[in-house]
Amino acid sequence: MIGIVGYGVYVPKYRIKPEEIARVWGEEGERIRKGLGIEEKSVPGIDEDAATLAVEAARNSMAMAGILPEKIGALLVGSESHPYAVKPTATIVAEAVGAGPNIMSADLEFACKAGTSGMQYCMGLVGAGMISYGMAIGTDTSQGRPGDALEYTAGAGAAAYIIGREKTECIAEILATCSYATDTPDFWRRQHAEFPSHGGRFTGIPAYFKHVIASTQLLFEKTNTTAKDYDYIVFHQPNGKFPLEAAKKMGIDEGKLKLGLVTPVIGNTYSGASIIGLANVLDSAKAGEKILVTSFGSGAGSDSFAIEVTDVIESKRGKSPKLADYLVHKEYLDYGLYVKHRKKLKSL
Amino acid sequence: MEESLAITWRRIPERYRLLGTRCITCNGNYFPPRKICPKCRRKGKIENVQFTGKGKIYSFTTIFAPPSGFELEAPYVFAIVELDEGVRVTAQLVDCREEDVKIGSIVRMVFRRIAEDSDEGLLHYGFKFALVR
Repeated sequence: MIGIVGYGVYVPKYRIKPEEIARVWGEEGERIRKGLGIEEKSVPGIDEDAATLAVEAARNSMAMAGILPEKIGALLVGSESHPYAVKPTATIVAEAVGAGPNIMSADLEFACKAGTSGMQYCMGLVGAGMISYGMAIGTDTSQGRPGDALEYTAGAGAAAYIIGREKTECIAEILATCSYATDTPDFWRRQHAEFPSHGGRFTGIPAYFKHVIASTQLLFEKTNTTAKDYDYIVFHQPNGKFPLEAAKKMGIDEGKLKLGLVTPVIGNTYSGASIIGLANVLDSAKAGEKILVTSFGSGAGSDSFAIEVTDVIESKRGKSPKLADYLVHKEYLDYGLYVKHRKKLKSL
Repeated sequence: MEESLAITWRRIPERYRLLGTRCITCNGNYFPPRKICPKCRRKGKIENVQFTGKGKIYSFTTIFAPPSGFELEAPYVFAIVELDEGVRVTAQLVDCREEDVKIGSIVRMVFRRIAEDSDEGLLHYGFKFALVR
């Protein structure tokens, strides 16, 4: 069996509402809130970055897994906001959780899907018997150019998953995974550029919908299942609308997406987005329930997973904070403080 | 002034995860780590100990005039935290205001960016504390 031994999430305390951003740029806040399906988005603290978010999520996953840090054989950190252009985030996280030095570690980048890529690589390493446990993290303090549509959604958060193979330890079994990727120029950030550029409407049909739907259908074929076989479905969530539209296009009951759709309250956490959504499902899922997850990373590609919850989850639940715990204590920022937090003023 | 790379590197385990030391002769815990037990001297035997990062507020203040590098964070709460292992450490308290904090408040270690040398310099990470609510 290959499965999830423990998982952890982290979302910073600060929030900003789309109406506040719209106020500054002369846009209609309510129209944007409804159009994007975003109530508010998370903002990192001044002393937080993708590495610090990753460490908090990693520590939470360790608390749930209940394994010694030195047992972790691989640590992969997926992000598009790694603090250094050259110097791994993974070694910072490994040192902070007490893992290593006998550890495979690397940083990954594939827009919003580098976290699920790391999960697949850990599955391969664990399945091949090269390691006992692998930790995959998706973490981002995502960037949005001031005034750009992305500024309303680009949030901050992280999720960490420990992959193992002992049946008695796995809170969920990963039954299957597959991927779909093409060279699609929907969203990019050049080296030294502070903010990403994107293709506007081009990010929709040829990018998000094409890859999410193709990868999900590939998983259905590979596992000989249909949407009806899954209790919950989690799609990558760049906003609150795209996942529901993808479900509609596939004839999937939108109700199956509700629990895993968290972007409306924390924003798009990029590499963390689909796996924070998965964590919210796992926070309350019961043994035997099946979950389908499809991530999406611009550039572009999707990874899909078929997951079945085991009864081990009951004994491990409560050992680390749930996503809901990070949604209770929050502090709203006005645009001025938001600019300070994100260091968007050049003079800062 | 920038800290030397060697000092930063040497202090990573203590700064990232509160790795301290204990004298197995007298059971005394120390942070920052010590090489010699000040009580037992040559009879002491020091070993590394991983502190849990849990503790309570021993005392605190608010910094309005911060040192260089911390200007964006001011005003911020700065505290002496008594760890469950009995050791006291000084650190920033994050995501709170002075009115949220009381002597005896339960706190836990969090991982944050402490400083950055320059636009092209090293980033320094380490422990701070957050209130357990």
